[in-house]
Amino acid sequence: MKKLLFILLMVCMQVSLFAGGGKETDLAKEGTPTGKLEIFSWWAGDEGPALDALVRLYEKKYPDVEVLNATVAGGSGVNAKAVLKTRMLGGNPPDTFQVHAGQELIGTWVVAERMEDLTTLFKKEGWNKAFPKDLVNLLGTKEGIWSVPVNIHRSNVLWYVPDNIQKWGVKVPESWDDFFKTAEVLKTQGIVPLALATNWTVMHLWESIALATLGADDYAKLWNASLAFDDPKAKKIWDVLDKVLQYTNKDASSLSWQQAMDMVVSGKAAFNIMGDWAAGYMATTLNLKPGMEFAWNASPGTKGVFMFLADSFGLPVGAPNKTAAVAWLRLIGSREGSDAFNPLKGSISARRDSDLSLYNAYGQSAAKSFQKDRIVGSLTHGVVSNENFMSGFSNVLEGFLKDRNTTFAAQATQSLASDTLLRK
Amino acid sequence: MNKKSNFISFLLIVPSIVLVAVFVYGFIFYTFYISLTDWEGLSLHPSISFVGLRNYIKLFTELSFQRFRQDFFNTIYYSFFLIGFTLIIGFLLAVLLDRKMKGENIWRNIFLYPLALSFIVTGTVWRWIFAPEGGLNVLPTLLGGKALSFSWLSSRVSTFHVDWFAFPRLLLLAVFIMFFLWGANALFHKRYKKMGILGAISILSLLLGCLYSPHSRVFTHFLETSAAEWKGFEYATIGVIIAAVWQYSGYAMALYTAGLKGIDVSIRDAASIDGLNSIQFYSRIALPILRPISLSVVVVIAHISLKLFALIMAMAGPDNGGTSHLSISMFLQTFRANQFAEGAAIASILFMLAMIFIIPYLIYLYSQKRNTA
Repeated sequence: MKKLLFILLMVCMQVSLFAGGGKETDLAKEGTPTGKLEIFSWWAGDEGPALDALVRLYEKKYPDVEVLNATVAGGSGVNAKAVLKTRMLGGNPPDTFQVHAGQELIGTWVVAERMEDLTTLFKKEGWNKAFPKDLVNLLGTKEGIWSVPVNIHRSNVLWYVPDNIQKWGVKVPESWDDFFKTAEVLKTQGIVPLALATNWTVMHLWESIALATLGADDYAKLWNASLAFDDPKAKKIWDVLDKVLQYTNKDASSLSWQQAMDMVVSGKAAFNIMGDWAAGYMATTLNLKPGMEFAWNASPGTKGVFMFLADSFGLPVGAPNKTAAVAWLRLIGSREGSDAFNPLKGSISARRDSDLSLYNAYGQSAAKSFQKDRIVGSLTHGVVSNENFMSGFSNVLEGFLKDRNTTFAAQATQSLASDTLLRK
Repeated sequence: MNKKSNFISFLLIVPSIVLVAVFVYGFIFYTFYISLTDWEGLSLHPSISFVGLRNYIKLFTELSFQRFRQDFFNTIYYSFFLIGFTLIIGFLLAVLLDRKMKGENIWRNIFLYPLALSFIVTGTVWRWIFAPEGGLNVLPTLLGGKALSFSWLSSRVSTFHVDWFAFPRLLLLAVFIMFFLWGANALFHKRYKKMGILGAISILSLLLGCLYSPHSRVFTHFLETSAAEWKGFEYATIGVIIAAVWQYSGYAMALYTAGLKGIDVSIRDAASIDGLNSIQFYSRIALPILRPISLSVVVVIAHISLKLFALIMAMAGPDNGGTSHLSISMFLQTFRANQFAEGAAIASILFMLAMIFIIPYLIYLYSQKRNTA
């Protein structure tokens, strides 16, 4: 009797060993996914249809899976991120969730050891070659690759209406010095030179100015701490920002980014610096023709540099239905999935082999820039810094908007960086 | 028999005692403990170590926490103005109703109605009213006037500036003066023991104030800069204060109305026979009688003023520095910056501010009980 029990115990241990040992191969396993798949994102409203297209494609491929589309509305994921945190901490992670690729994921969830390494999946799907190398480097750390990018957005874009620009007799500025001259002309005609919205759009403007004043190399140095934020070079960003702010609308902090864009469209303002989701907003929601009724340039002084941000999906530790989640990741990383999603979202594919004929005029031009430009990461949208720095920096900016003290802002940013970026 | 029923009633309240002990007091102490650590919160295998008061020192001195310090000021201003205006307006409304005005019931319901709304609803409505390009600002144009240009919630103007790093010194000086005068008063009344205690406190605060001088390195060595950091009353908060007063003055009115109803007719008659006009009656007789009501309104509104989170989130969002509040700082530091320990430190500071309002109330209640016993 005792012997029998012992044998049974041994068998059980063997089985559990095998079950446990399967972790590495899980990601590469084919298998037919069944059950439920919960996808967590903040893509509601305007961005909903793009996600729906992906979900429909998934359901066609894997009819046995019931997809639960868990969206928490709110731009840039302000609400979704908080909900996700409570779920992850409560031990109830979704099967997969949307997250800005880069340090926002790494600084929050990877250092918390709550993400699965996707390196094997990347190898198996050939993504190391399909995605640009700069991008894959920013998605990963020494320990692994943490998420699959589903789209690429560009942050440093200047938007305007060509007819209006002609009517006011100005040219699209190539540098910030150009902009100041143009702005004076616009001001005399009662036009707001640069439309600005709520706090985060100021951070968005800051990163474009930072890229223009420092150049791509020094900009990248800020984030690996080889250039201090209170260095005279970096302090100049604040001087330029201070000057630019004189040419913006007074009610900025009570506007959404769409309302700032509306100011440009309606001719109240001349320019707006916003990510290229603005192209989706103008082309789809406002029904304007890209290239004719609205046009774009690289933001002043950043020609030839593509400041990117990407939405991506990852695999949390303890995802209830791993097989279905991996199938989802494989779909969004594929050419088919990527080209189903991006034309509707107004973004471009992260893959180098996407079918450009599916995209509108803006998408095609952005895809071309993405192929040949120098690629750097966005601060506001989570590529280059962790959430701790981003949150603190938005407080520093808010203080700067109030007292306009450039020296203080530079010092405060450096103090923040030494507290948040260099730790660990 | 008596013992048995005592035991049963004790049994019956045990569950709630346990629940309150764990989920209220337990977590208050746990939060305070967390604030003394370096816990970041999200890690699956966290390593938490004790760091003493480091988080508090950071909040009060580090350059990048200037937002926290402004919020600290804002919170105090919010409480001060919300309590003040709610009391005054609530009392005036109650007096109007007490004057037997026409349609008393209807007016009472109208004034009480905002209380039934949630802060989110109030916040959304008032955000529209205060939109710089619409609402209140364009109201004068209906009468042919010029539109107002005050930008309400997005205003970045402030007034009554105080240098944050000199603020503790000013505060200690104020404490010194207060206790010195109080002590002098005790001396005048020949209460020497009381005078001794008050005198000791005043001298202590004077000493601390001297230590905290720009020339002494006792406190200032924490600072990263010698520059002044000016904090003041933000004009942006005016909109939030108006919305909150709108919502809660009806509450104060309801309590005062009940109180005024309770004043005996004989007192009113006596007052009118003695030739008091109504202003004299309300200010010299009704208000002192209603003091317990005023006190409970103060306590209730004070704790609401520390929970303005929902109203401010709905009206101005989390990133509007001008209208911000400690509770928003706490939320952002915890759930956006993932610094749970620093968030807990802000929560503890908020809790201590609440104590400043609650403790005098408890002392008052206690002394009332002693007087009646």
